[in-house]
Amino acid sequence: MTDNNEKVLIKGNYAIAQAAINAGCQCYFGYPITPQTEIGEYLSAEMPKLGRGYVCAESEIAAINMVVGAVSTGVRAMTTSSSLAVALMQEALSYAASDELPVVLVNVMRAGPGLGYIYPAQGDYNQSVYGGGNGDYKIIVLAPSTVQECIDLTYRAFYLAQKYRNPVILLADGLLGQMMEPACFGENPYPEVDVSSWALTGAKGRESRAIYSLGPNEKKQIQHVYNLFKKFEVIAEKETTYEEFQTEDAEIVLTAFGSMTRNIKAAMKVLRDKGIKAGCFRPITLSPFPHKRILELATEGKNFVVVEMNMGQMYKDVKYSVEGRSEVGLINRPVGEWLSVEEIVEAVEKLMEKNYAASIQYS
Amino acid sequence: MGKIIIDTNRCKSCYLCVSTCPKGLIKKSDKTNRLGDYLVEFDDKNNECIGCAMCAKRCPDMAITEVYR
Amino acid sequence: MQQVFSIPKSMKKDFRYTFCPGCDHGVAIRLVAELLDEMNLREKAICSTSIGCSVFLYDFLDVDCVEAPHGRACASATGVKRARPDKFAFTYQGDGDFASIGLAESMHTALRGECVSAICINNTTYGMTGGQLGPTTIMGQITTTSPYGRNREYYGYPIRIAEQIALCDGTAYSARVALDTVPHINQAKQALKKAFEVQVQGLGFGFVEILSSCPTNWHMTPQEAHERVRNEMVPVFPLGVYKDVTTEKGV
Repeated sequence: MTDNNEKVLIKGNYAIAQAAINAGCQCYFGYPITPQTEIGEYLSAEMPKLGRGYVCAESEIAAINMVVGAVSTGVRAMTTSSSLAVALMQEALSYAASDELPVVLVNVMRAGPGLGYIYPAQGDYNQSVYGGGNGDYKIIVLAPSTVQECIDLTYRAFYLAQKYRNPVILLADGLLGQMMEPACFGENPYPEVDVSSWALTGAKGRESRAIYSLGPNEKKQIQHVYNLFKKFEVIAEKETTYEEFQTEDAEIVLTAFGSMTRNIKAAMKVLRDKGIKAGCFRPITLSPFPHKRILELATEGKNFVVVEMNMGQMYKDVKYSVEGRSEVGLINRPVGEWLSVEEIVEAVEKLMEKNYAASIQYS
Repeated sequence: MGKIIIDTNRCKSCYLCVSTCPKGLIKKSDKTNRLGDYLVEFDDKNNECIGCAMCAKRCPDMAITEVYR
Repeated sequence: MQQVFSIPKSMKKDFRYTFCPGCDHGVAIRLVAELLDEMNLREKAICSTSIGCSVFLYDFLDVDCVEAPHGRACASATGVKRARPDKFAFTYQGDGDFASIGLAESMHTALRGECVSAICINNTTYGMTGGQLGPTTIMGQITTTSPYGRNREYYGYPIRIAEQIALCDGTAYSARVALDTVPHINQAKQALKKAFEVQVQGLGFGFVEILSSCPTNWHMTPQEAHERVRNEMVPVFPLGVYKDVTTEKGV
């Protein structure tokens, strides 16, 4: 597989793996877990051919700490995992955010809580966006909805991680990971990032460097947290991305992230055929979240219906964003089969009767 | 013949050097550090120091900064 | 007169140890710094630091350092070495870090035969938190979490780290040394040198366990603490080289 412009039929997991190679990922560290294991399998075959690093880590905890070690030297590196095992990585993510290290983590979500089996789900929105690690920190979270986007956002993940010295999570799901679709690798569109001012390469011809999070005094620790959040304000300003369809004349805006977006687009068409003015909105960056755009739409009087495969995790962010200027409804199923177009249409019609301020839960 | 230099700012008064010197040339001083602990001093009136550097190797705080032989 | 001792160049200018009086950490770090000087490794060294009394290592050693969470230094060093195989990757950890919370990472780094060097300070207790029972606390030892002494019923047995690491096929060198006397300090330096050399030669994992005193948490004078190392620790944790592939000394 090469980085050319040919369309290929490829599984989401393989697409992420090859895109990582194209993005210059020098080292991969991982531990198997369904539904993302193909990424590690693919890279175990490809990385040695390229003379790059590959380690079958003893655990997810080890894997992400290997990434932390590797990226501290200025190279691009990543680990991939799924939901419950990403939970094991939260300590290192908190460290990496505080140490400002460009860790790239791919989470191909499965069901939860607990072992949760391998049904697709979107239950890790909170885990990714709000984090399970200690302290105040923020992570950039990108949510692809197609295999093509798995490629595009993998490129972007490596770029943003190094550009802002911040961990990035690519939040895919079991459906995307296991699904085959035509996609095109193209060229990695992002430039190289100069890391020479901070990367650890040995103290040759310069002062030694130390990357650590421990504040030597309270004032410095306070300032450090403020600096991290100031940096994230810049990220929010420059990197927040989202996608909209037919929101101009819409009365209701169906909102989803990741592969659930596919069905809200189809449901929008059905609703339009029925004479209901529906539009679609999808955050591509879940963190930073497009609060501003949602508020603008809400100010125009548009109501929102959030459709997601969890108990309403992104729903809370949309609700927060509208600042009470419009109603926000929820259609959800915690795990399992994706909400179908019919289910969404049916639920929207029910919600209309309640002026959208309700939730329709499927089992 | 030998000589040692003690940096009393580094000395934490553990006295490991006192018991290590084979010639017994390091002893508790009358001077104290800022915590009030007695420091150590090098007392070699008869030029007995052989510059073996055992005191410097023993000192956990590198308070014996230089040894000459 | 000729200068026979000076502060190693790999120590930071005006470093100030944060250790208690008489703590052997200071000696161990000095040995590491001396070897980085002597083996000309300072400019290519990347240290994965640890949590515990060793946490401020980056304030003492004048080398590039990356912080690892508690127990993960060997995983971090693996990442460093895989990313930059031409660099010198090493860890400096306590026994709790290396052999309790980080045992899986430490062991698997040895099993993979990663070309990194790891140093583990064994003082039979968790020093930074005030002297609790650790993986190396010896039978009968009283700590703040074993007030009646370590026994089998409640706590089980201590781990002999150097022997365990020597059992790993990827280990090139594993030794246990002590810092209770100057001759032992000299031996410790030789062992550390060997653990560094096997990495430079690409032979595999280099490991040294250093028996160290903790006068504060043992409630002893520094002199008494060294006697305890000799009389109580060494019988449980015998000194010696447990594996050295350069001399084909296996277990």
